[in-house]
Amino acid sequence: MDRKEYDQLAESLKPTGHKMKNAFYAFLYGGVIGAIAQGVLEFFMNVYHVKQEDATPMMIITLVFISCLLTGLGIYDKLAQKAGAGTFIPITGFANSMTSCALDSQSEGLIMGIGSNMFKLGGTVITYGIVSSALLGVIRYVITLFG
Amino acid sequence: MNYIMAFLFSGFVCLIAQLIYDHSRLTPGHITSLFVVLGSFLDLFHIYDRLVDIFHAGALIPITSFGHSLMHGAMAATKEYGVFGIAMGMFDLTAAGISAAILFGFLVAILFKPKS
Amino acid sequence: MSLHFLGNSVTLENVYIVSSGTVCGPLEYLGPLGSCFDKSLQDYHYGEKSFEKAERKMLRDALDICLKREKLKYKDIDLYLGSDLLNQITSVNYLARELPQPFVGLYGACSGFALSMAMAGLLIDAGYVDKIVTMVSSHNATAERQYRYPVEYGVQKKDTTTFTATGAVSTLLTNQPQSVRVEAITLGRVIDYSQNDANDMGRAMAPAAFDTLMNHFQDLKRTFHDYDLVVTGDLSMYGHQILKEMLQRHKMDVVRYNDCGCMLYDLSSQPVFQGGSGCACSALVTMGSLYPQLKDKKLKRVLVVSTGALLSPMMSAQKESIPCIAHAISLEAIE
Repeated sequence: MDRKEYDQLAESLKPTGHKMKNAFYAFLYGGVIGAIAQGVLEFFMNVYHVKQEDATPMMIITLVFISCLLTGLGIYDKLAQKAGAGTFIPITGFANSMTSCALDSQSEGLIMGIGSNMFKLGGTVITYGIVSSALLGVIRYVITLFG
Repeated sequence: MNYIMAFLFSGFVCLIAQLIYDHSRLTPGHITSLFVVLGSFLDLFHIYDRLVDIFHAGALIPITSFGHSLMHGAMAATKEYGVFGIAMGMFDLTAAGISAAILFGFLVAILFKPKS
Repeated sequence: MSLHFLGNSVTLENVYIVSSGTVCGPLEYLGPLGSCFDKSLQDYHYGEKSFEKAERKMLRDALDICLKREKLKYKDIDLYLGSDLLNQITSVNYLARELPQPFVGLYGACSGFALSMAMAGLLIDAGYVDKIVTMVSSHNATAERQYRYPVEYGVQKKDTTTFTATGAVSTLLTNQPQSVRVEAITLGRVIDYSQNDANDMGRAMAPAAFDTLMNHFQDLKRTFHDYDLVVTGDLSMYGHQILKEMLQRHKMDVVRYNDCGCMLYDLSSQPVFQGGSGCACSALVTMGSLYPQLKDKKLKRVLVVSTGALLSPMMSAQKESIPCIAHAISLEAIE
Protein backbone atom coordinates (compact mmCIF):
# COMPACT_ATOMS: atom_id res chain seq x y z
CA MET A 1 0.00 0.00 0.00
CA ASP A 2 1.59 3.29 -1.01
CA ARG A 3 1.29 6.53 0.91
CA LYS A 4 -1.35 8.09 -1.28
CA GLU A 5 -3.55 5.03 -1.04
CA TYR A 6 -2.98 4.97 2.71
CA ASP A 7 -4.02 8.59 3.06
CA GLN A 8 -7.22 7.89 1.14
CA LEU A 9 -7.99 4.90 3.35
CA ALA A 10 -7.26 6.82 6.56
CA GLU A 11 -9.30 9.80 5.40
CA SER A 12 -12.29 7.57 4.65
CA LEU A 13 -12.30 6.16 8.18
CA LYS A 14 -11.62 9.44 9.98
CA PRO A 15 -13.92 9.89 12.98
CA THR A 16 -16.73 12.27 12.13
CA GLY A 17 -16.09 15.31 14.26
CA HIS A 18 -18.56 17.57 15.96
CA LYS A 19 -17.75 20.66 13.95
CA MET A 20 -21.27 22.10 14.09
CA LYS A 21 -21.49 21.50 17.82
CA ASN A 22 -18.00 22.92 18.38
CA ALA A 23 -18.86 26.06 16.41
CA PHE A 24 -22.08 26.52 18.38
CA TYR A 25 -20.34 26.15 21.76
CA ALA A 26 -17.50 28.46 20.70
CA PHE A 27 -20.10 31.11 19.80
CA LEU A 28 -22.04 30.55 23.01
CA TYR A 29 -19.09 30.59 25.42
CA GLY A 30 -17.36 33.43 23.60
CA GLY A 31 -20.59 35.40 23.65
CA VAL A 32 -21.21 34.75 27.33
CA ILE A 33 -17.70 35.93 28.20
CA GLY A 34 -18.36 39.06 26.12
CA ALA A 35 -21.64 39.67 27.97
CA ILE A 36 -19.98 39.15 31.36
CA ALA A 37 -17.28 41.61 30.33
CA GLN A 38 -19.99 44.11 29.41
CA GLY A 39 -21.57 43.67 32.82
CA VAL A 40 -18.25 44.20 34.61
CA LEU A 41 -17.50 47.19 32.41
CA GLU A 42 -20.82 48.87 33.17
CA PHE A 43 -20.41 48.07 36.85
CA PHE A 44 -17.10 49.92 37.03
CA MET A 45 -18.45 52.79 34.90
CA ASN A 46 -21.31 53.26 37.36
CA VAL A 47 -19.36 52.74 40.57
CA TYR A 48 -16.43 55.00 39.75
CA HIS A 49 -18.33 57.28 37.38
CA VAL A 50 -15.71 56.98 34.68
CA LYS A 51 -15.80 56.74 30.92
CA GLN A 52 -15.66 53.44 29.09
CA GLU A 53 -11.96 53.92 28.20
CA ASP A 54 -11.01 54.26 31.83
CA ALA A 55 -13.16 51.37 33.00
CA THR A 56 -11.70 49.03 30.34
CA PRO A 57 -8.45 48.22 32.22
CA MET A 58 -10.44 47.51 35.39
CA MET A 59 -12.72 45.16 33.47
CA ILE A 60 -9.72 43.40 31.90
CA ILE A 61 -7.98 42.98 35.26
CA THR A 62 -11.15 41.49 36.75
CA LEU A 63 -11.57 38.99 33.94
CA VAL A 64 -7.90 38.07 33.98
CA PHE A 65 -8.19 37.45 37.72
CA ILE A 66 -11.22 35.18 37.28
CA SER A 67 -9.47 33.28 34.49
CA CYS A 68 -6.28 32.77 36.54
CA LEU A 69 -8.31 31.55 39.49
CA LEU A 70 -10.30 29.10 37.37
CA THR A 71 -7.02 27.82 35.90
CA GLY A 72 -5.60 27.26 39.37
CA LEU A 73 -8.73 25.40 40.42
CA GLY A 74 -8.44 23.15 37.36
CA ILE A 75 -11.75 24.31 35.87
CA TYR A 76 -10.61 26.36 32.88
CA ASP A 77 -9.20 23.43 30.88
CA LYS A 78 -12.44 21.51 31.39
CA LEU A 79 -14.46 24.47 30.10
CA ALA A 80 -12.06 24.84 27.18
CA GLN A 81 -12.57 21.25 26.07
CA LYS A 82 -16.17 22.17 25.33
CA ALA A 83 -15.80 25.82 24.37
CA GLY A 84 -12.74 25.59 22.10
CA ALA A 85 -12.08 29.00 20.60
CA GLY A 86 -14.75 30.40 22.90
CA THR A 87 -12.23 30.32 25.71
CA PHE A 88 -8.90 30.86 23.94
CA ILE A 89 -9.84 33.92 21.90
CA PRO A 90 -11.01 36.20 24.75
CA ILE A 91 -8.32 37.81 26.91
CA THR A 92 -9.11 35.13 29.51
CA GLY A 93 -7.42 32.62 27.21
CA PHE A 94 -4.24 34.69 27.28
CA ALA A 95 -4.35 34.74 31.08
CA ASN A 96 -4.94 30.99 31.07
CA SER A 97 -1.94 30.33 28.82
CA MET A 98 0.34 32.34 31.13
CA THR A 99 -1.03 30.80 34.31
CA SER A 100 -1.01 27.23 33.04
CA CYS A 101 2.62 27.53 31.90
CA ALA A 102 3.64 28.99 35.24
CA LEU A 103 1.67 26.42 37.21
CA ASP A 104 3.00 23.57 35.11
CA SER A 105 6.60 24.63 35.71
CA GLN A 106 6.31 25.14 39.45
CA SER A 107 8.07 21.82 40.08
CA GLU A 108 11.19 23.24 38.38
CA GLY A 109 11.43 26.10 40.83
CA LEU A 110 10.97 29.87 40.83
CA ILE A 111 13.56 30.88 38.23
CA MET A 112 14.04 27.93 35.87
CA GLY A 113 10.41 26.97 36.24
CA ILE A 114 7.82 29.68 36.78
CA GLY A 115 9.96 32.66 35.78
CA SER A 116 11.35 31.39 32.53
CA ASN A 117 8.34 29.41 31.33
CA MET A 118 5.48 31.81 31.97
CA PHE A 119 5.54 33.25 28.45
CA LYS A 120 6.11 29.90 26.73
CA LEU A 121 2.68 29.92 25.06
CA GLY A 122 1.41 33.45 25.69
CA GLY A 123 4.60 35.11 24.47
CA THR A 124 3.75 34.59 20.81
CA VAL A 125 0.73 36.89 21.15
CA ILE A 126 2.85 39.67 22.65
CA THR A 127 5.65 39.20 20.11
CA TYR A 128 3.46 39.36 17.04
CA GLY A 129 1.23 42.03 18.55
CA ILE A 130 4.25 44.30 19.01
CA VAL A 131 5.91 43.45 15.71
CA SER A 132 2.78 44.08 13.70
CA SER A 133 1.81 47.18 15.66
CA ALA A 134 5.28 48.68 15.28
CA LEU A 135 5.32 47.97 11.56
CA LEU A 136 1.85 49.33 10.96
CA GLY A 137 2.54 52.16 13.40
CA VAL A 138 5.50 53.33 11.35
CA ILE A 139 3.38 53.21 8.21
CA ARG A 140 0.66 55.30 9.83
CA TYR A 141 3.18 57.71 11.28
CA VAL A 142 4.70 58.28 7.86
CA ILE A 143 1.25 58.79 6.38
CA THR A 144 0.40 61.40 9.02
CA LEU A 145 3.73 63.17 8.44
CA PHE A 146 3.02 63.62 4.76
CA GLY A 147 -0.72 63.59 4.98
CA MET B 1 -29.03 46.06 24.31
CA ASN B 2 -25.34 46.54 25.05
CA TYR B 3 -25.25 43.04 26.47
CA ILE B 4 -26.69 41.51 23.32
CA MET B 5 -24.27 43.47 21.16
CA ALA B 6 -21.34 42.36 23.32
CA PHE B 7 -22.56 38.76 23.23
CA LEU B 8 -22.98 38.74 19.46
CA PHE B 9 -19.62 40.25 18.53
CA SER B 10 -17.52 38.31 21.03
CA GLY B 11 -19.33 35.12 20.03
CA PHE B 12 -18.82 35.90 16.36
CA VAL B 13 -15.05 36.36 16.70
CA CYS B 14 -14.82 33.08 18.64
CA LEU B 15 -16.94 31.34 16.01
CA ILE B 16 -14.55 32.41 13.23
CA ALA B 17 -11.58 31.20 15.29
CA GLN B 18 -13.29 27.87 16.00
CA LEU B 19 -13.97 27.35 12.30
CA ILE B 20 -10.28 27.96 11.55
CA TYR B 21 -9.28 25.62 14.40
CA ASP B 22 -11.56 22.81 13.24
CA HIS B 23 -10.69 23.05 9.55
CA SER B 24 -6.92 23.41 9.76
CA ARG B 25 -3.93 22.15 11.70
CA LEU B 26 -3.34 25.57 13.28
CA THR B 27 -2.92 25.55 17.05
CA PRO B 28 -4.49 28.11 19.40
CA GLY B 29 -1.06 29.82 19.41
CA HIS B 30 -1.23 30.33 15.65
CA ILE B 31 -4.80 31.56 15.71
CA THR B 32 -4.39 34.01 18.59
CA SER B 33 -1.25 35.46 16.94
CA LEU B 34 -3.16 35.82 13.69
CA PHE B 35 -6.02 37.60 15.43
CA VAL B 36 -3.71 39.99 17.25
CA VAL B 37 -2.12 41.00 13.95
CA LEU B 38 -5.62 41.38 12.50
CA GLY B 39 -6.58 43.62 15.42
CA SER B 40 -3.66 45.97 14.92
CA PHE B 41 -4.32 46.01 11.18
CA LEU B 42 -7.93 47.02 11.75
CA ASP B 43 -6.69 49.87 13.92
CA LEU B 44 -4.69 51.21 10.98
CA PHE B 45 -7.80 52.83 9.53
CA HIS B 46 -9.56 53.34 12.88
CA ILE B 47 -12.02 50.57 12.06
CA TYR B 48 -11.53 48.90 15.42
CA ASP B 49 -12.47 52.08 17.28
CA ARG B 50 -15.84 52.03 15.55
CA LEU B 51 -16.31 48.40 16.51
CA VAL B 52 -15.63 49.29 20.15
CA ASP B 53 -18.17 52.13 19.93
CA ILE B 54 -20.83 49.74 18.67
CA PHE B 55 -20.10 46.52 20.54
CA HIS B 56 -18.38 47.86 23.70
CA ALA B 57 -17.01 44.96 25.78
CA GLY B 58 -17.78 42.54 22.94
CA ALA B 59 -14.97 44.15 20.93
CA LEU B 60 -12.72 44.75 23.94
CA ILE B 61 -12.58 41.19 25.20
CA PRO B 62 -11.37 39.14 22.18
CA ILE B 63 -7.59 39.00 21.72
CA THR B 64 -7.95 41.19 18.60
CA SER B 65 -8.40 44.13 20.95
CA PHE B 66 -4.91 43.44 22.28
CA GLY B 67 -3.41 44.30 18.90
CA HIS B 68 -5.68 47.29 18.66
CA SER B 69 -4.62 48.58 22.10
CA LEU B 70 -0.92 48.09 21.36
CA MET B 71 -1.28 50.07 18.16
CA HIS B 72 -3.46 52.69 19.81
CA GLY B 73 -0.99 53.33 22.62
CA ALA B 74 1.88 53.50 20.14
CA MET B 75 0.07 55.99 17.90
CA ALA B 76 -0.99 58.21 20.80
CA ALA B 77 2.62 58.50 21.97
CA THR B 78 3.89 59.47 18.50
CA LYS B 79 2.00 62.78 18.84
CA GLU B 80 4.32 63.72 21.67
CA TYR B 81 7.57 61.89 20.99
CA GLY B 82 7.57 61.36 17.24
CA VAL B 83 8.69 58.03 15.88
CA PHE B 84 10.15 56.99 19.25
CA GLY B 85 6.64 57.10 20.65
CA ILE B 86 5.89 53.83 18.84
CA ALA B 87 8.12 51.95 21.25
CA MET B 88 7.44 54.19 24.25
CA GLY B 89 3.68 54.07 24.09
CA MET B 90 3.30 50.47 22.93
CA PHE B 91 2.30 49.10 26.31
CA ASP B 92 0.37 52.14 27.55
CA LEU B 93 -3.07 50.59 27.18
CA THR B 94 -2.22 46.89 27.45
CA ALA B 95 -0.11 47.22 30.59
CA ALA B 96 -3.09 46.42 32.82
CA GLY B 97 -3.86 43.11 31.12
CA ILE B 98 -0.28 41.91 30.91
CA SER B 99 0.69 42.98 34.42
CA ALA B 100 -2.43 41.40 35.86
CA ALA B 101 -1.82 38.16 33.98
CA ILE B 102 1.79 37.99 35.17
CA LEU B 103 0.92 38.85 38.75
CA PHE B 104 -2.10 36.56 39.13
CA GLY B 105 -0.38 33.85 37.11
CA PHE B 106 2.57 33.95 39.47
CA LEU B 107 0.35 33.88 42.56
CA VAL B 108 -1.65 30.95 41.24
CA ALA B 109 1.58 29.09 40.40
CA ILE B 110 2.76 29.62 43.98
CA LEU B 111 -0.50 28.80 45.74
CA PHE B 112 -2.04 26.04 43.63
CA LYS B 113 -0.99 22.63 42.38
CA PRO B 114 -1.67 21.43 38.83
CA LYS B 115 -4.65 19.09 38.93
CA SER B 116 -4.56 16.89 35.86
CA MET C 1 20.45 -13.11 9.56
CA SER C 2 21.63 -15.75 11.96
CA LEU C 3 20.40 -19.29 12.32
CA HIS C 4 17.84 -18.32 14.89
CA PHE C 5 16.14 -15.43 13.16
CA LEU C 6 13.45 -16.23 10.62
CA GLY C 7 13.12 -12.92 8.81
CA ASN C 8 12.50 -10.48 11.65
CA SER C 9 11.17 -13.11 14.03
CA VAL C 10 12.59 -15.61 16.50
CA THR C 11 10.93 -18.51 18.22
CA LEU C 12 12.08 -18.82 21.83
CA GLU C 13 12.48 -22.10 23.71
CA ASN C 14 12.76 -21.39 27.44
CA VAL C 15 11.46 -17.98 28.33
CA TYR C 16 8.80 -17.98 31.01
CA ILE C 17 6.84 -15.28 32.79
CA VAL C 18 7.00 -15.78 36.55
CA SER C 19 5.08 -12.88 37.96
CA SER C 20 4.04 -9.32 37.37
CA GLY C 21 3.17 -6.16 39.24
CA THR C 22 0.68 -3.64 37.88
CA VAL C 23 -0.14 -0.15 39.13
CA CYS C 24 -2.78 1.90 37.32
CA GLY C 25 -4.07 5.47 37.40
CA PRO C 26 -7.49 6.67 38.56
CA LEU C 27 -9.16 6.60 35.15
CA GLU C 28 -7.77 3.14 34.35
CA TYR C 29 -9.14 1.90 37.66
CA LEU C 30 -12.62 3.08 36.68
CA GLY C 31 -12.33 1.38 33.28
CA PRO C 32 -13.57 -2.11 32.39
CA LEU C 33 -10.31 -3.77 33.53
CA GLY C 34 -10.02 -1.78 36.76
CA SER C 35 -10.30 -4.80 39.04
CA CYS C 36 -7.42 -6.61 37.28
CA PHE C 37 -4.69 -4.34 38.60
CA ASP C 38 -2.72 -4.81 41.81
CA LYS C 39 -2.77 -1.20 42.91
CA SER C 40 -4.31 2.07 41.79
CA LEU C 41 -3.62 5.77 42.23
CA GLN C 42 -6.22 8.03 43.79
CA ASP C 43 -4.82 11.11 42.09
CA TYR C 44 -2.06 11.92 39.61
CA HIS C 45 0.30 13.22 42.29
CA TYR C 46 0.38 9.96 44.25
CA GLY C 47 1.56 11.88 47.32
CA GLU C 48 4.64 13.23 45.52
CA LYS C 49 5.67 16.80 44.74
CA SER C 50 5.79 16.44 40.97
CA PHE C 51 4.18 14.24 38.35
CA GLU C 52 7.59 12.87 37.36
CA LYS C 53 8.22 11.70 40.91
CA ALA C 54 4.76 10.17 41.01
CA GLU C 55 5.58 8.16 37.89
CA ARG C 56 8.78 6.90 39.48
CA LYS C 57 6.92 5.92 42.64
CA MET C 58 4.45 3.94 40.54
CA LEU C 59 7.34 2.11 38.91
CA ARG C 60 8.88 1.27 42.28
CA ASP C 61 5.54 0.00 43.59
CA ALA C 62 5.05 -2.19 40.51
CA LEU C 63 8.56 -3.60 40.92
CA ASP C 64 8.05 -4.28 44.62
CA ILE C 65 4.74 -6.05 44.04
CA CYS C 66 6.27 -8.18 41.29
CA LEU C 67 9.27 -9.27 43.39
CA LYS C 68 7.29 -9.72 46.61
CA ARG C 69 5.08 -12.31 44.92
CA GLU C 70 8.15 -14.49 44.44
CA LYS C 71 9.78 -13.41 47.70
CA LEU C 72 12.78 -12.07 45.82
CA LYS C 73 15.06 -9.17 46.66
CA TYR C 74 16.42 -6.55 44.24
CA LYS C 75 19.82 -8.30 44.16
CA ASP C 76 18.34 -11.69 43.19
CA ILE C 77 17.63 -10.38 39.70
CA ASP C 78 20.42 -10.63 37.11
CA LEU C 79 19.40 -7.76 34.88
CA TYR C 80 16.81 -5.00 34.79
CA LEU C 81 15.37 -3.59 31.57
CA GLY C 82 13.32 -0.42 31.63
CA SER C 83 11.46 1.84 29.26
CA ASP C 84 9.24 4.89 29.53
CA LEU C 85 8.11 7.86 27.49
CA LEU C 86 10.01 10.80 28.91
CA ASN C 87 13.16 12.52 27.69
CA GLN C 88 16.28 10.61 28.77
CA ILE C 89 13.88 7.83 29.84
CA THR C 90 13.85 9.71 33.11
CA SER C 91 11.56 7.53 35.18
CA VAL C 92 13.39 4.22 34.78
CA ASN C 93 16.88 5.74 34.75
CA TYR C 94 16.28 7.57 38.03
CA LEU C 95 14.64 4.53 39.58
CA ALA C 96 17.64 2.42 38.53
CA ARG C 97 19.79 4.34 41.04
CA GLU C 98 18.19 2.16 43.69
CA LEU C 99 18.94 -1.10 41.91
CA PRO C 100 22.06 -3.07 42.91
CA GLN C 101 22.23 -4.98 39.62
CA PRO C 102 22.95 -4.10 35.97
CA PHE C 103 20.34 -2.02 34.22
CA VAL C 104 19.66 -1.32 30.56
CA GLY C 105 17.37 1.53 29.56
CA LEU C 106 15.45 1.10 26.32
CA TYR C 107 13.46 3.61 24.35
CA GLY C 108 10.72 2.65 21.95
CA ALA C 109 8.09 5.22 22.89
CA CYS C 110 4.81 3.39 23.49
CA SER C 111 6.27 0.14 22.14
CA GLY C 112 8.50 -0.05 25.25
CA PHE C 113 6.60 -2.95 26.76
CA ALA C 114 7.00 -5.40 23.87
CA LEU C 115 10.50 -4.09 23.20
CA SER C 116 11.69 -4.81 26.75
CA MET C 117 9.96 -8.20 26.80
CA ALA C 118 11.51 -9.14 23.46
CA MET C 119 15.00 -8.11 24.60
CA ALA C 120 14.56 -10.03 27.86
CA GLY C 121 13.38 -13.05 25.87
CA LEU C 122 16.43 -12.99 23.59
CA LEU C 123 18.88 -12.65 26.48
CA ILE C 124 17.31 -15.43 28.50
CA ASP C 125 16.94 -17.77 25.55
CA ALA C 126 20.57 -17.23 24.61
CA GLY C 127 21.49 -18.38 28.10
CA TYR C 128 23.22 -15.23 29.23
CA VAL C 129 20.96 -14.53 32.18
CA ASP C 130 18.49 -16.42 34.36
CA LYS C 131 16.21 -13.77 35.79
CA ILE C 132 15.27 -10.51 34.14
CA VAL C 133 12.80 -7.88 35.30
CA THR C 134 11.30 -5.53 32.72
CA MET C 135 9.76 -2.26 33.88
CA VAL C 136 7.65 0.13 31.85
CA SER C 137 5.62 3.15 32.82
CA SER C 138 3.75 6.12 31.46
CA HIS C 139 1.91 8.93 33.19
CA ASN C 140 -0.74 11.09 31.58
CA ALA C 141 0.41 14.40 33.07
CA THR C 142 4.15 13.91 32.44
CA ALA C 143 3.47 12.90 28.84
CA GLU C 144 1.11 15.84 28.32
CA ARG C 145 3.73 18.20 29.71
CA GLN C 146 6.44 16.87 27.48
CA TYR C 147 4.66 16.15 24.23
CA ARG C 148 1.71 18.53 24.22
CA TYR C 149 0.71 21.42 26.47
CA PRO C 150 0.79 22.28 30.18
CA VAL C 151 -1.85 20.21 31.93
CA GLU C 152 -4.03 23.19 32.85
CA TYR C 153 -3.85 24.85 29.42
CA GLY C 154 -7.28 25.32 27.94
CA VAL C 155 -6.97 23.68 24.57
CA GLN C 156 -9.71 21.74 22.87
CA LYS C 157 -8.38 18.29 22.04
CA LYS C 158 -9.09 17.07 18.54
CA ASP C 159 -11.33 14.07 17.93
CA THR C 160 -8.42 11.91 16.82
CA THR C 161 -6.43 12.45 20.05
CA THR C 162 -5.47 9.51 22.22
CA PHE C 163 -5.21 9.61 26.00
CA THR C 164 -1.90 8.59 27.58
CA ALA C 165 -2.58 5.83 30.08
CA THR C 166 -1.23 6.18 33.60
CA GLY C 167 0.39 3.10 35.00
CA ALA C 168 3.50 1.08 35.63
CA VAL C 169 4.13 -2.60 35.03
CA SER C 170 6.95 -4.91 36.11
CA THR C 171 7.37 -8.40 34.73
CA LEU C 172 9.74 -11.09 35.95
CA LEU C 173 11.00 -13.53 33.33
CA THR C 174 13.20 -16.63 33.80
CA ASN C 175 14.35 -19.79 32.06
CA GLN C 176 12.68 -22.05 34.68
CA PRO C 177 9.39 -23.58 33.44
CA GLN C 178 6.22 -21.75 34.49
CA SER C 179 2.64 -21.75 33.25
CA VAL C 180 3.06 -18.99 30.64
CA ARG C 181 5.91 -18.53 28.21
CA VAL C 182 7.07 -16.01 25.65
CA GLU C 183 7.01 -18.18 22.61
CA ALA C 184 8.03 -15.95 19.74
CA ILE C 185 8.98 -12.37 19.06
CA THR C 186 9.06 -10.17 15.99
CA LEU C 187 11.15 -7.03 16.00
CA GLY C 188 9.81 -4.06 14.14
CA ARG C 189 11.22 -1.78 11.49
CA VAL C 190 10.85 1.97 11.64
CA ILE C 191 8.03 2.86 9.27
CA ASP C 192 7.13 6.38 8.21
CA TYR C 193 4.09 6.99 6.05
CA SER C 194 4.59 10.78 6.00
CA GLN C 195 2.04 11.40 8.72
CA ASN C 196 2.80 14.55 10.66
CA ASP C 197 -0.19 15.20 12.89
CA ALA C 198 0.91 14.71 16.50
CA ASN C 199 -2.75 14.67 17.51
CA ASP C 200 -3.39 11.62 15.38
CA MET C 201 -1.12 8.86 16.62
CA GLY C 202 -3.35 5.96 15.59
CA ARG C 203 -3.16 6.97 11.97
CA ALA C 204 0.60 7.46 12.12
CA MET C 205 1.28 4.10 13.80
CA ALA C 206 -1.10 1.79 11.95
CA PRO C 207 1.36 1.16 9.05
CA ALA C 208 4.08 0.15 11.53
CA ALA C 209 1.73 -2.30 13.23
CA PHE C 210 0.73 -3.62 9.81
CA ASP C 211 4.36 -4.16 8.81
CA THR C 212 5.23 -6.03 11.99
CA LEU C 213 2.07 -8.15 11.88
CA MET C 214 2.62 -9.14 8.25
CA ASN C 215 6.27 -9.96 8.96
CA HIS C 216 5.28 -12.03 11.94
CA PHE C 217 2.71 -14.03 10.01
CA GLN C 218 5.02 -14.55 7.03
CA ASP C 219 8.13 -15.42 9.05
CA LEU C 220 6.37 -17.97 11.22
CA LYS C 221 3.82 -19.07 8.58
CA ARG C 222 0.89 -18.22 10.80
CA THR C 223 -2.44 -16.42 10.47
CA PHE C 224 -4.90 -14.81 12.86
CA HIS C 225 -6.40 -18.28 13.37
CA ASP C 226 -3.29 -19.45 15.22
CA TYR C 227 -4.09 -17.01 18.02
CA ASP C 228 -6.91 -16.76 20.52
CA LEU C 229 -6.40 -13.04 20.55
CA VAL C 230 -4.29 -10.51 18.69
CA VAL C 231 -3.95 -7.10 20.32
CA THR C 232 -2.22 -3.97 19.12
CA GLY C 233 -0.75 -1.62 21.70
CA ASP C 234 -2.29 1.81 21.35
CA LEU C 235 -3.64 2.40 17.89
CA SER C 236 -6.92 3.51 19.50
CA MET C 237 -10.31 3.22 17.83
CA TYR C 238 -9.35 5.10 14.67
CA GLY C 239 -6.00 3.39 14.09
CA HIS C 240 -7.53 0.03 14.91
CA GLN C 241 -10.10 0.50 12.15
CA ILE C 242 -7.43 1.60 9.68
CA LEU C 243 -5.25 -1.44 10.46
CA LYS C 244 -8.21 -3.79 10.11
CA GLU C 245 -9.04 -2.34 6.72
CA MET C 246 -5.38 -2.55 5.61
CA LEU C 247 -5.18 -6.20 6.63
CA GLN C 248 -8.43 -7.03 4.90
CA ARG C 249 -7.22 -5.41 1.70
CA HIS C 250 -4.24 -7.76 1.91
CA LYS C 251 -6.60 -10.72 2.02
CA MET C 252 -6.01 -11.46 5.69
CA ASP C 253 -8.87 -13.00 7.62
CA VAL C 254 -9.00 -10.65 10.61
CA VAL C 255 -10.51 -12.47 13.56
CA ARG C 256 -10.23 -11.99 17.32
CA TYR C 257 -8.35 -8.74 16.92
CA ASN C 258 -8.60 -5.87 19.38
CA ASP C 259 -6.63 -2.86 20.55
CA CYS C 260 -5.38 -2.33 24.10
CA GLY C 261 -6.31 1.36 23.92
CA CYS C 262 -9.93 0.36 23.39
CA MET C 263 -9.89 -2.41 26.02
CA LEU C 264 -8.43 -0.35 28.86
CA TYR C 265 -11.21 2.25 28.87
CA ASP C 266 -14.90 2.46 28.30
CA LEU C 267 -14.77 4.68 25.23
CA SER C 268 -18.43 5.62 25.37
CA SER C 269 -18.39 7.05 28.88
CA GLN C 270 -14.78 7.94 29.74
CA PRO C 271 -13.16 11.15 28.43
CA VAL C 272 -10.37 9.43 26.50
CA PHE C 273 -11.28 10.44 22.91
CA GLN C 274 -10.11 7.63 20.60
CA GLY C 275 -8.72 5.48 23.44
CA GLY C 276 -5.60 4.90 25.46
CA SER C 277 -1.96 5.18 24.47
CA GLY C 278 1.43 5.10 26.17
CA CYS C 279 3.77 2.35 27.34
CA ALA C 280 1.46 1.47 30.19
CA CYS C 281 -1.50 0.90 27.88
CA SER C 282 -0.38 -2.37 26.27
CA ALA C 283 1.51 -3.37 29.43
CA LEU C 284 -1.49 -2.98 31.74
CA VAL C 285 -3.84 -4.83 29.41
CA THR C 286 -1.37 -7.66 28.75
CA MET C 287 -0.07 -8.22 32.26
CA GLY C 288 -3.25 -7.20 34.09
CA SER C 289 -5.86 -8.97 32.02
CA LEU C 290 -4.40 -11.32 29.39
CA TYR C 291 -1.66 -12.89 31.53
CA PRO C 292 -4.08 -14.14 34.25
CA GLN C 293 -6.35 -15.51 31.51
CA LEU C 294 -3.38 -17.38 30.00
CA LYS C 295 -2.49 -18.72 33.44
CA ASP C 296 -6.06 -19.98 33.91
CA LYS C 297 -5.94 -21.56 30.42
CA LYS C 298 -8.84 -19.38 29.27
CA LEU C 299 -6.59 -18.25 26.45
CA LYS C 300 -4.08 -20.49 24.69
CA ARG C 301 -1.97 -18.12 22.69
CA VAL C 302 -1.95 -14.33 22.43
CA LEU C 303 -0.04 -11.97 20.16
CA VAL C 304 0.74 -8.52 21.55
CA VAL C 305 1.90 -5.89 19.08
CA SER C 306 3.02 -2.79 20.96
CA THR C 307 3.13 0.25 18.72
CA GLY C 308 5.25 3.33 19.26
CA ALA C 309 5.40 6.75 17.65
CA LEU C 310 9.02 7.84 17.87
CA LEU C 311 8.23 11.52 17.56
CA SER C 312 10.12 14.39 19.09
CA PRO C 313 8.17 17.64 19.57
CA MET C 314 11.21 19.52 18.29
CA MET C 315 11.28 17.56 15.03
CA SER C 316 7.51 17.95 14.68
CA ALA C 317 7.99 21.72 14.94
CA GLN C 318 10.61 21.40 12.18
CA LYS C 319 7.84 19.88 10.04
CA GLU C 320 9.25 16.34 9.98
CA SER C 321 6.87 13.41 9.75
CA ILE C 322 6.53 10.86 12.53
CA PRO C 323 8.63 7.67 12.44
CA CYS C 324 6.77 4.73 13.97
CA ILE C 325 7.67 1.26 15.16
CA ALA C 326 5.93 -1.86 16.41
CA HIS C 327 7.30 -4.94 18.17
CA ALA C 328 5.38 -8.17 18.65
CA ILE C 329 5.55 -10.82 21.36
CA SER C 330 3.59 -14.03 21.38
CA LEU C 331 2.57 -15.42 24.78
CA GLU C 332 1.52 -19.03 25.18
CA ALA C 333 -0.01 -21.05 28.02
CA ILE C 334 1.83 -24.29 28.83
CA GLU C 335 -0.21 -27.48 29.00
